Amino acid sequence: MKQSGWGRFPVIEAQVFRPRTETELAALLDRHKSVIARGNGRAYGDSAINRTATLQTSHFDKLIAFDTGTGQVVAEAGVLLGDLIAAFLPQGWFPLVTPGTKFVTIGGAIAADVHGKNHHKDGSFRACVDWIDVMGPDGKVTRCSRDENAVLFDHTLGGMGLTGIILRAAIRLRPVESGWIRQTTIPAPNLQAAMAAFEAEKDATYSVAWIDCLAEGEGLGRSLVMLGEHATRQDLAPAQRTQPFQTKRPPRRRVPIDLPAFTLNRLSVRAFNTLYYRAGERKSGEQIVDWDRYFYPLDAILDWNRIYGRKGFAQFQCVLPLDRAETGLSSLLRTIAEAGSASFLAVLKRFGPQDSPFSFPMEGYTLALDFPVTAKTLALLDRLDRITLYHGGRFYLAKDSRMRAETLRAADPRVASFKQARTDLGTTRRFVSTQAERLEL
Amino acid sequence: MSKLPVLILGARSDMARAVAHKFAALGHPIQLAARNAESMQADRMDMELRYRVPISLHEFDVLDTAHHGDFVAALPDLPGIAVCAVGIMGEQAVNEKDRAAASLVMRSNYEGPASILAELANRFDASGRGTLVGISSVAGERGRATNYVYGSAKAGFTAFLSGLRNRLAKRGVHVVTVLPGFVATRMTEGMDLPARLTAQPEEVAEAIAKAVERGRDVVYVRPIWRLVMLIIRSIPERIFKKLKL
Ligand SMILES: Cc1cc2nc3c(=O)[nH]c(=O)nc-3n(C[C@H](O)[C@H](O)[C@H](O)COP(=O)(O)OP(=O)(O)OC[C@H]3O[C@@H](n4cnc5c(N)ncnc54)[C@H](O)[C@@H]3O)c2cc1C
Ligand SMILES: NC(=O)c1ccc[n+]([C@@H]2O[C@H](COP(=O)([O-])OP(=O)(O)OC[C@H]3O[C@@H](n4cnc5c(N)ncnc54)[C@H](OP(=O)(O)O)[C@@H]3O)[C@@H](O)[C@H]2O)c1
Repeated sequence: MKQSGWGRFPVIEAQVFRPRTETELAALLDRHKSVIARGNGRAYGDSAINRTATLQTSHFDKLIAFDTGTGQVVAEAGVLLGDLIAAFLPQGWFPLVTPGTKFVTIGGAIAADVHGKNHHKDGSFRACVDWIDVMGPDGKVTRCSRDENAVLFDHTLGGMGLTGIILRAAIRLRPVESGWIRQTTIPAPNLQAAMAAFEAEKDATYSVAWIDCLAEGEGLGRSLVMLGEHATRQDLAPAQRTQPFQTKRPPRRRVPIDLPAFTLNRLSVRAFNTLYYRAGERKSGEQIVDWDRYFYPLDAILDWNRIYGRKGFAQFQCVLPLDRAETGLSSLLRTIAEAGSASFLAVLKRFGPQDSPFSFPMEGYTLALDFPVTAKTLALLDRLDRITLYHGGRFYLAKDSRMRAETLRAADPRVASFKQARTDLGTTRRFVSTQAERLEL
Repeated sequence: MSKLPVLILGARSDMARAVAHKFAALGHPIQLAARNAESMQADRMDMELRYRVPISLHEFDVLDTAHHGDFVAALPDLPGIAVCAVGIMGEQAVNEKDRAAASLVMRSNYEGPASILAELANRFDASGRGTLVGISSVAGERGRATNYVYGSAKAGFTAFLSGLRNRLAKRGVHVVTVLPGFVATRMTEGMDLPARLTAQPEEVAEAIAKAVERGRDVVYVRPIWRLVMLIIRSIPERIFKKLKL
């Protein structure tokens, strides 16, 4: 069966299994030289593909327990974040950390140790994980947490499935008063202004910026910085206050720019400009938007990844340390702008401090953007790799589909200790993705 | 207004579970009836957490027709909707030679489901309300060499449902016949099914909920199956008998 990640590149012929029980899972593990877990396939490249045995967790989809006092939910690894929201938002709980799509599994969120727009404030997904159950190479299940079997815990968070198969997890949700977000949009004429906005708004729960990659010269890094807060009941219009979690409204009111269209690179420059000037006119225009539109604008268009056509697309995401961020980002953006038509919009985000054995985030700025896969853009991506390396940055494996092993090693001194942990846990030959082969993990 | 319970017979099937999720999401209490019902505790918990409606488990064997009356009597409440997803396909090659195997397929797809629905029908009739949903199959529309034992049992079940509907139409009780084409479930796991013709269990659930709400009689899940079966039914027998289907 042909398998690929969300970017539809690369495409690899692989055997896929969908075990229904732990016993079936252990038997599959026993029967194959190596395996890799696959959640909902939202990683962009080949993180969740193993040619001989890709083990999809879609049948591990049950909620096990919920503590209404603490907001701790115990669930199987194949449960989607969207399922958690559907089940618990009506009771006043929302994921503490969420990526830009709700169609990720808990297992995938843990394995990539995903980050949201609140990393500077709340950290990565790890921050909400109390414990996990992991099936090791021998089929044995180990419960681990910060205090118990901590080596396994630390390396499974961000370990991209290479330390075993996550079966269950206990994660804590955050209490919220409504399903609405108070959003503030700040236009920033260039990169310096955008970074200054991030630094000035460190107290905002959520912050993220969209960068117009076509802007050059004076306007290099021209962007819209978007801040967000969970709306309290007081923030809502009286009509909404009675049902604060009811965000599904009948036909949307006139919304001149739909975010999804705005985020789809090819269609988006005009939309960006319109929004940019409107936000400017309205000064710091505040808006109340529902959680779905705020966190997951792209989810409204199912299968949007197909617009890039058959050849697929590749994401580039790096993080640069704080002290090198401005020069590094300028250099990246200049290179992208000079390359012309490749990518029109990028996402910029400020990370807070994090020091985990193999998770992606570290304090600094992270830049993400996607490119259609062509020989030209692949060459451009290599150039972006070099710029990132030069500025002491590193790369996000959940987005990678084409990096070279040397690049990863040069960027990330933790590769050696991660490999050592894999050896110690006995997982090196047993849990293998095609990405891990390519990157020699 | 609290909603009436939905009884799901053969609740461990992927299709049945999707149906249970659908009705639970709509706010109905759910009665899950299956063999070895105790093994469905995890499903019960999962559904209670997701939908905050009462979910109960009930031991049920469709072949144990002698006790179908007791089974219904023992339910905590008479359901407002009952969905029967019980069935086994067996292997045609085996069913051709082994009459016991064939009989099991016939009883599991026809005699058993007809028996339990008859019991429920009479109670629904007495109370003047309710909806019965039988999951039959397009395989029952015309016997084919490759699965006529299963197909014939489904044909019997389809005819039974149609008769029941006819009988109860004026009595306030509605009967829905579901003729799913291919569905990606445990039953068809590992088979090489054409994607366009294959529904996900959630689609079946969606179609059933809609049929119940709108009072539809016969539903094919993916509309294309209506056309496919129209063609298959209209091929003259003298040609049909020579075809490999
Ligand atoms: C539109 C979009 C927006 C995104 N935005 C963000 C974002 O803002 N922040 C961010 O951090 N990421 C983001 N991502 C990336 C995404 O969050 C991660 O790739 C996530 O890991 C995907 O989860 P999944 O369930 O689809 O896992 P998959 O893609 O199937 O797998 C990803 C990795 O997790 C491992 N894995 C999955 N399940 C298990 C398990 N049970 N046990 C062990 N290992 C497992 C796999 O082996 C693989 O290495 C985005 C992706 C998309 C498509
Ligand atoms: N999948 C398809 O393509 C397809 C197409 C058309 C129609 N159908 C019909 O759809 C229905 C649901 O099937 P499915 O695809 O979801 O497959 P399935 O998972 O095999 O479901 C069949 C269910 O019937 C139950 N069952 C069998 N014998 C029983 C008995 N004696 N007593 C109680 N329960 C019994 C099974 O219970 P256990 O779990 O205890 O074994 C199983 O849960 C069936 O009627 C099937 O014939 C399926």
